[in-house]
This record gives sequence, C-alpha cells and structure tokens, in this order.
Amino acid sequence: MLEVQHISKSFGGVKATDDVTLDFATGSLTAVIGPNGAGKSTFFNLITGALKPDSGRILLDGVDMAGRSPPDIVRHGIGRAFQVASIFPSLTVSETMLAAVGADQRRASVMHRRFPLAETRERADYVIELLGLANKRDRIASALSHGDQKLLDIALALVLEPKVLLLDEPTAGMGTEERWRMIEKVHELWVREKITVVFIEHDMDIVFKIALSIVVLCYGRILATGTPDEIRRNPAVIEAYLGTDEHAGAL
Amino acid sequence: MSELNVENRAGAVPYVARPRRAAAIDVVAAVVAFAILAALPFLFDSKALLDFVIRCAAFGLFATSLNLLVGYTGLISFGHGMFFGLGAYGFGLLMQRANVSIPVAMVCTLAITAVAAVVIGAICVRLKEIYFAFVTLAFQMLIHSVILSWQSLTGGDQGLRGGIKRPVFWGIDLTNHVQLYIFSCALLVIGLLLMRQIAQSPFGYTLRMIRDNATRASFIGINVWRAKLTVFVLAALFASAGGMIMSLFVSGAYPEFAYWTISGEGIFINMLGGVTTFLGPMVGTVILLILNDTATRLTEHYGLVLGIVILFFALGLRKGLMDFAVDWYRAWRDKAKEQS
Ligand SMILES: Nc1ncnc2c1ncn2[C@@H]1O[C@H](COP(=O)(O)OP(=O)(O)OP(=O)(O)O)[C@@H](O)[C@H]1O
Ligand SMILES: [Mg+2]
Repeated sequence: MLEVQHISKSFGGVKATDDVTLDFATGSLTAVIGPNGAGKSTFFNLITGALKPDSGRILLDGVDMAGRSPPDIVRHGIGRAFQVASIFPSLTVSETMLAAVGADQRRASVMHRRFPLAETRERADYVIELLGLANKRDRIASALSHGDQKLLDIALALVLEPKVLLLDEPTAGMGTEERWRMIEKVHELWVREKITVVFIEHDMDIVFKIALSIVVLCYGRILATGTPDEIRRNPAVIEAYLGTDEHAGAL
Repeated sequence: MSELNVENRAGAVPYVARPRRAAAIDVVAAVVAFAILAALPFLFDSKALLDFVIRCAAFGLFATSLNLLVGYTGLISFGHGMFFGLGAYGFGLLMQRANVSIPVAMVCTLAITAVAAVVIGAICVRLKEIYFAFVTLAFQMLIHSVILSWQSLTGGDQGLRGGIKRPVFWGIDLTNHVQLYIFSCALLVIGLLLMRQIAQSPFGYTLRMIRDNATRASFIGINVWRAKLTVFVLAALFASAGGMIMSLFVSGAYPEFAYWTISGEGIFINMLGGVTTFLGPMVGTVILLILNDTATRLTEHYGLVLGIVILFFALGLRKGLMDFAVDWYRAWRDKAKEQS
C-alpha cells in the first residue's frame, strides 16, 4: 500500500530524516514513537508533500509521491491531521465539512451555485456523526474546545475518504482521560472505515494497547520496527528510549 | 429533500441550510435596490444627488471587489486601484480612438484588464502577505508612470481630454444625465449581485478557507495558487467596471484614477465599512464620499480630517461600521431569543 524507500531530509546540518525505509500494509494500524525532535513530524511532512525529500521514493500503490504538491498527494489518497489542530477558525463545523467534501469532489471553484452543494451533505453529515461532533455542527471552529478542534482536524482528513490516514499526535495537549477517549475514537475509525492508519503518539500505554505495529524513530533513523511485544523486548529501544524513568512503567 | 433535513435540526445556520432561498433573497434585494435608485431622479430634482450616486457606483464596485481580496481571501492588495485606472483609461481610449460602441468598448476593456490581471496576479499571488502588498503597489506605480510618460497615447498628466463620445446603443443615450445615472446604477447592482454570488458560492468558501488557513486548504486538495489567481482576476474585472463608470462620468480619464491613492482609498473604505459583511464596503464608500465632499467644502485640510477619521476607526473602534451593525443585531437577537 504505502512504501517509503530510503527517504532522507536534512535541515542545514541536521538530518531530520535519515534513510528511512518502511512499509505500511493495507488496513494496518501503526504507531510512530520517538523522543522529541526524533523526526516524526518531518516524516509525515515528507509523505504528505509539506516538505520535499532530498532523496528516496514514497510509493502509494506503486505510484511515486515524492516531491509532489500537497493537493496532488491528498488527491491520491493520503490524508493527514496536524500536531497542532489545523482548522478554519471562522467557519462552523458543518461549513468546514461541507467545504472539504466540495473540494474533494473538485467543486472548490464552482461559482454558479450556492454553498453548500446538496451532493456534499451526506458525506459531511456522516463524518460529523462519526466523530461525535453532531451537536456542535453550528459552532464556529475557533470556539470549539481543544479536543473538539483536534477531532475537527481529523474529520477534515477523513471526509476526503483517504486510503492512508496520518495522524500527528491526535492526543497532543490532552489530559489522561481525554487521551483515552480520543484514541478510542481513532481505533473506532480504523475499525469502521477499514483504512490504513499511522499515528504518532507519546503515551506508551496507549501505543502498546492499540497499535498493531510500532515504528521507533530516533535522530531521524529507524531504531526498531515490530509488534508491541517485539518493541517492548528490543534492547536498543529500551536503552535509547524506553529505558528512561518516565517510561519504565510502561514496559 | 435532504436540504430540509439539515434545516430542521435545532440551531442550523439558515444560509447553510437553504442555498436556493438565500440566492432568491439576494436577487429580490437587488431588484428592490435598483427600483429605489431608479426612482430617485423622479422624486428629487437634484443633479448633485445623481452625481453622488454615480460616484458611489464607481467606487462601490471598486471597493467591494477589493473586499473579495482583503476580506474573503486575506489578500491585502495595495495596488488594486491600478485596475480602476486601467478600466477608466482603457474604456476612454477605446471610445476616443477606436470608434466602437459603448458595449464593445466595455467588453474589450474587461478583456484587457483580465490579461493584465492574469500576468500581474501570476507574479504576485505566490508572495507572502507583506510582499504581496508591496509588489501590487509597485505595479500600480508602474502603470501610473506609464500613463504619465506615454503622452501621445494618454495625454500624460493632462489625462484624456476632449471628452468621450457616447453614441446611442440599444436605445440608451448616455449623454442624457438621467440615463447615465440609471446605467451606472444598473452596472452597480449587477456587479454587486455577481460578486455576492461569487462570495456565497463553493468558490467563495474556498476563498474563506484560504484566508483562514491556506496550509490546511492545500491539504484538503485545494490548489491555493489557482484560487488566489482566479479571485485576483475577478476582482480586477469589477474594479475595471468601476473605472469605466468613472470614465463615463467625467467624460475622460485622469492620472489620479491610476494613482496609488485610489488603492489607499479602497483600503480606507473597507476599514470604514468593515470587511466581515458583503455590504460593508458599500457603506464605507458612501461614508467616505460624504466625508470627502463635506470636508473639502468646509476645510482645506481634507487629508487631516480623513486621517483622524481613519485613526478613530482603526485604533478606536477596530472595526468597520457594518461590523458594528452586525454585532448589535446579533446581541439584540440573542437577547430576544432568551426572553422568549
Ligand atoms: N522546517 C524545518 N526547518 C528546520 N528544521 C526543522 C524543520 N522541521 C523540523 N526541523 C528539525 O528537525 C528535527 C525533527 O523535528 P520533528 O518536528 O520532525 O520532530 P518530532 O519527532 O515531530 O518532535 P516532537 O515530538 O517534538 O513533535 C528537529 O531537530 C527540528 O528542529
Ligand atoms: Mg512532531
């Protein structure tokens, strides 16, 4: 499905992504972990076209995405949500969704009809319900709680019906309880929509509980990949990342 | 009908729920506005009033088109006045030299404006905010200096003199002041209706998304650059139409029409009226022209008066008049809702 082959990216002297090769199978649920500054967000930025890789290939169903523009890559089926919720502050939840479906249907430049288009309603409503935002559909996005803004960001990616969904720290900035609710939502999406999901997460309890496979990044390199059990027992991971006090409890 | 489903949910925003009805309301409002404007010459025997409305039409189209860029897309152009000037000069020159009918001259002027806007827009819309503002300003100055220096064509600092012929077309005689007035009002109303449609269309919402968060817009598949260029060209066309009205009104064209201060006035108008409502710039136009006329009559220090008013709006209110009107209306409505 999504194969990343030998991609690298440097900022000045810093190798933010260093010869990363990974394969995400159709329908997989993968967690990407790693300490701050490990290059996790950069990895997503490379796949989604926010950054152009210095080298390497990014194959989606065999088609190379490397170096393409974000709209082009989105249209091929790679959707993403951002570490800091990225929304349209002045639009309501339903306007946001309706406009996004319109864009996906290549109707973003239609001028002779009124917004919203009737044919965008069903899908917009479906995703609003799916993410539990139905009772907030007429709220202005900037007035939503932090958690709801993160949900709206995910909804924006999901409403495009992507093949691969990349979630950059869906639980960032949340308290423990809210984290679990969010991650259960993500799990539910994965089950119901049967898409390939890759998410970045710092909370080890969450990662080991729901991910089917885990990728550990460190200094832009892959330190380890495997099932949660394999990662838990991997000596390099324990030493470099999990071995610190704060994470010892999760092991 | 799925439209009705959404509408029935508590608290649904009406204009999201009923696009067709919203479009119909706009058309009715436009027809009513035009009827009222068209009745004025028969109610008041005042040439000054008609002159005032004609200028409102010219600057209103210009300022509203600027709001498509500033308010809807977040593109702050300091050079939008170049298209106003291009409209005035293009139309004036075609009428003086090409011996064509008025509608043909208008269509040709729009075509010229479109070509210029595509070229200038292609260079400008990729630039970040402040650079966009200054490069558009630079193009404005370029066009102004071309007009000044190309004397044989434009008459230089004297402008297009000798008047513009106004041959009768479709039974319309624009040498007749009332007919010129009605014609200007018709252009204004049609222009506003078209811009309103653009603003409320899916494309209009694409513009809002770009204004709010262009990065996110590109990650849902929107070609941000193309959308910006499209609205840049569209706005130029309406500004050009405003310039044409001005050219008809003064029967010529003057370098001031293409000077950067026109762009500045466009920005002032938008600040006065507010950019969060569609009609804000129209209200701002009326205020600025009234201010202009009274201030120049009463004092030589027109610039000073204008400066103070603008500082008052920018620093004191931090909003345009129409923004206030909307806030008041919302507060009043919420209160009414609570009480019932
Ligand atoms: N646009 C950029 N320009 C320069 N350096 C960058 C850029 N983006 C990332 N970096 C650098 O690349 C490295 C990896 O950053 P990245 O944001 O990918 O880390 P991360 O794993 O997502 O960290 P966090 O857990 O804090 O989100 C860091 O050293 C960062 O400073
Ligand atoms: Mg990150």
